[in-house]
Amino acid sequence: MIFDDNLKRSILLDHYQNPHNKGLVDDERYHLIHNASESCIDDIKVQMLMEEGKVKDVRFDGVGCTICFASTSIMSDLIKGKSKEEALDIINNYYNMIEEKDYDPDLLEEANAFDTLSKQANRIKCGTIGIHAMEDLIKSYDGQ
Amino acid sequence: MFDVDKIRKDFPIFKNDPGLVYFDSAATSFKPQCVIDAVNDFYTRHTANIHRGDYDNSFIVSKDYDDTRKVVSKLLHNDDPDQIVFTAGATASLNLVAYGYFLDHLKEGDVILLTLAEHASNILPWFEVAKKTKARIEYIPLNEDGTFNIDNYKECLDKYNVRAVSLPYVSNVLGYINPIKEICALAHEKGALVNADGAQAVPHIKVDVMDLDVDFLGFSAHKMLGPSGIGVLYAKKKLLEETTPMMNGGGANARFNKDGEVILKEIPVRFEAGTPNIEGVLGLKKACEYLMDLGMDNIRKHDDEIVRYLIGKLSTLDNVKIYNPRSECSIVAFNVEGIFAQDVGSYLNSLGIAVRTGNHCAKVIDNIIGTTETIRASVYLYNTKEEADKLYGAIRDVTLEKCIGAII
Ligand SMILES: Cc1ncc(COP(=O)(O)O)c(C=O)c1O
Repeated sequence: MIFDDNLKRSILLDHYQNPHNKGLVDDERYHLIHNASESCIDDIKVQMLMEEGKVKDVRFDGVGCTICFASTSIMSDLIKGKSKEEALDIINNYYNMIEEKDYDPDLLEEANAFDTLSKQANRIKCGTIGIHAMEDLIKSYDGQ
Repeated sequence: MFDVDKIRKDFPIFKNDPGLVYFDSAATSFKPQCVIDAVNDFYTRHTANIHRGDYDNSFIVSKDYDDTRKVVSKLLHNDDPDQIVFTAGATASLNLVAYGYFLDHLKEGDVILLTLAEHASNILPWFEVAKKTKARIEYIPLNEDGTFNIDNYKECLDKYNVRAVSLPYVSNVLGYINPIKEICALAHEKGALVNADGAQAVPHIKVDVMDLDVDFLGFSAHKMLGPSGIGVLYAKKKLLEETTPMMNGGGANARFNKDGEVILKEIPVRFEAGTPNIEGVLGLKKACEYLMDLGMDNIRKHDDEIVRYLIGKLSTLDNVKIYNPRSECSIVAFNVEGIFAQDVGSYLNSLGIAVRTGNHCAKVIDNIIGTTETIRASVYLYNTKEEADKLYGAIRDVTLEKCIGAII
């Protein structure tokens, strides 16, 4: 799935202006990670609920630039309802795309909008800060 | 006559990258050919260590190295080259002052005065020194627009047992010039010493250390047309005598024996242990000469003209907020409503316009201007009104969609 630039732009604008899964919940079962970037404004909190090996819910909130909010919003949609292995696979494919390695575009759906982010070295952090948090959150459920 | 077109011909980067519009000289400046040649010459013609070899190249290089102190002295309107210590840059100078001098001269209950508009390099060393000496840090409250408030400063001097005052001569976020002369006079009345961070001042304005009566002043060569990794600490002689070198080793000692008795060399060499950044010093010399040839007053006038022009243009735009409409020195700080600074920065980059976005290492300034992130356009002697027009045009036309388009 390769998008043209117009479509990419409208996907990102839409997720930035109306982010999905935004707003934290007050629920002890959720794990929380706070990630801040030293180079950009990005300062976000991500919450996750995993049950029976599945990502039941992902929430996030904070301040962030377009790339940060849009990537976090898109990825939260992508991994919700997925098993731990499936979610990590999607995340790894996303990293591979950002690092210009082989990846499976079919797994990434709207996240394909970031397929040229690798060319913007100073913005890669923005496009991965929320996703790193999700990866760490999934792993934080290990052994529980 | 100050002729920008002629000046630009001295900077090879404009030939190599003709489309580039560079408004980030506060981060680092471009280098004129004479500075590049000086560095190159050291590598291609006159490679030698200083003060060690009994041969021509070493003599030549050593003389140039020593002469640099005189040239820097002249730039600072000072009469004693021995007060010029070469460091790795402004950060190294600030650390040498904090650790080398104040660590041994502060005690519990003493106060170090700073402002909330500091560069990290002028805050973090003080945090450490305060921790180690049990001295306390207090911040002089600034005016609402981020300018210095002399009454607040006087109040601090009256209220606290102030021993050290450390301030930027020119703020790297808002471009305001602090009244260092008055600050020094008031501090000295109370027996306190003043360290001025000259990183953004020395490249842009006439600095007269004798007239200011400033105790310490550090700066970097790379922001004033010189090479990276080299800078200067100017300090009063008596204070240098009482400063402990942060490094010891070859070149800094006159004699030592196996029992640990060491006689250190004279000031300022004792602060320059090890083989120094020789080519950096030689480049710095040319940079100072270049600036003095143009005249610091002329440079300031030019910078100011471009800054006023840019502020005038940007302030006609409804969606732009300027944080320092009264900027006094080379810096315009602003934001575009509804778009994060970094996103605007990416858009400008796609048009070949270089600015800095972010918090400019001044992490605590949001207490003053109500935002952590700004777009900073900084101006120097080679910038033109045409370049300001390009920046203005880009900001006038910017939209969130265009910013996203520039990134993906
Ligand atoms: C006001 C101020 N102080 C200190 C520094 C640190 O300079 P350097 O990184 O060259 O040591 C800078 C540079 O960004 C600055 O703007």
